[in-house]
Amino acid sequence: MIKLNHINKGFGEKKVLTDISATFHQGKCNFVIGASGSGKSVLMKCMVGLIEVDSGAIQYGDKDFVSLGYEQKKEIRKEIGMLFQGTALFDSLNVEDNVAFPLRMFTKLTPAEIIERVNFCLKRVSLDNVNKLFPSAISGGMKKRVGIARAIALNPKYLFCDEPNSGLDPLTSRVIDELIMEITKEYNITTIINTHDMKSLFEMGENIVFIYKGLKEWEGKREDIRSSGNEQLLKFMKASEF
Amino acid sequence: MKFFEFIGQYVLFLRGLFSRPEKFRVFKKQLLLEMENIGLGSFGIVSLISTFTGAVSTIQIGYQLVSGLVPEYLIGRIVRDSNILEFSPTVTCLVLAGKVGSSIASEIGTMKVTEQVDALEIMGVNSANYLVLPKIFAGLFTIPLLVIYAMFLSLLGGALSGSLSGIINLDFFVKGLRADFIPFSVTFSMIKAFTFAFIITSVSSFHGYKTEGGALEVGQSSTKAVVYSCMGIIFFDYIISELFLKR
Repeated sequence: MIKLNHINKGFGEKKVLTDISATFHQGKCNFVIGASGSGKSVLMKCMVGLIEVDSGAIQYGDKDFVSLGYEQKKEIRKEIGMLFQGTALFDSLNVEDNVAFPLRMFTKLTPAEIIERVNFCLKRVSLDNVNKLFPSAISGGMKKRVGIARAIALNPKYLFCDEPNSGLDPLTSRVIDELIMEITKEYNITTIINTHDMKSLFEMGENIVFIYKGLKEWEGKREDIRSSGNEQLLKFMKASEF
Repeated sequence: MKFFEFIGQYVLFLRGLFSRPEKFRVFKKQLLLEMENIGLGSFGIVSLISTFTGAVSTIQIGYQLVSGLVPEYLIGRIVRDSNILEFSPTVTCLVLAGKVGSSIASEIGTMKVTEQVDALEIMGVNSANYLVLPKIFAGLFTIPLLVIYAMFLSLLGGALSGSLSGIINLDFFVKGLRADFIPFSVTFSMIKAFTFAFIITSVSSFHGYKTEGGALEVGQSSTKAVVYSCMGIIFFDYIISELFLKR
């Protein structure tokens, strides 16, 4: 479980996140939704430590990530898998080496064991015979799958997905959504997904946090969205034709 | 003020860089890869530049020393000293600042804007250490070797151009090369090569690492990396000469 307590973040004079508190549950697909520029990506970057918060606490289990030192943060980061909007695959490495990267860095597995684990992860995301291809030679949907395979290689406790469906056709989007959902349940991961895709939200969202102009406007279950009474959330949904 | 800000950021960047590599096996692999890129990849251009630098310097010195009162072998001696002390380390490193520096800055810059550096950080990898340290060590290993190679080729180029153009007889040129040789010249040249290697790799990595934005900013970082590396080389060329060659 990840708990945010009164997170504040600004860049110079501009306040981007104001007093955000939320809870993301283990074994569930937790969604953070909001319009572009609402602060979703900054919040996610704060949660994984790429951006330092101005104040507040981010609890990973019983540890406050914000107050930890660099080395202790590194230990928590090893339990984090992240799927980036642009996939962020290492373009100098082929698919196999991309997925093997965290295994080579942080485990004492033998080369044969690493390859076995890589093949297992690639198979889990339904990718076969792409081991030796470079990221530039595969499609957007395949890149996302490789990104997921890399993210789950070390059996993470937490999975962050930043706009997992952006740039994908509707069919591939659904495949990626289903995959994230299955992996979350299978490994009992705390999954946090940033998205504007309301279809994904209504299919897999179990816990939803709505952010509007850097403020948390609403938090609850997907069944309760329509009856939330929150004007901004209802406007956002209406604009998405849901 | 901006200059001091730059120096401060650069020093902080270097401080974050020097920590124990995550896994020595991975570091060794990266190091060998970078040595191949920086060293072997620059072999051709260094060969070309140094041979012609030696050849041109011989012709120009021969042209300026047309006098019956000046012994002919002096041309070889001046070519030797100017190439060992200045041309081989400085010109070679200025060329490498352009070739290696821009390549390092654009590689790291592209990784930065495509979130590959963020991906490393999230995995718990010290990205600066993983990406930059092998480049610095590879530069410190290979650039001095390239400078030694450049010295050899510049003298060879000088000997060839001198004898082929009839400016100086090969025997006189070799006599000049051997006359009053001070071994410290080579040590001095190596001090410069190590310093310049560090400047090229670290300054270029720093500019790549600072990149934010997109393709345009990657190009700008690459240009800055070359300009700042060249400025650093010229500045430290003067400082090292002032420190070690003053009598």
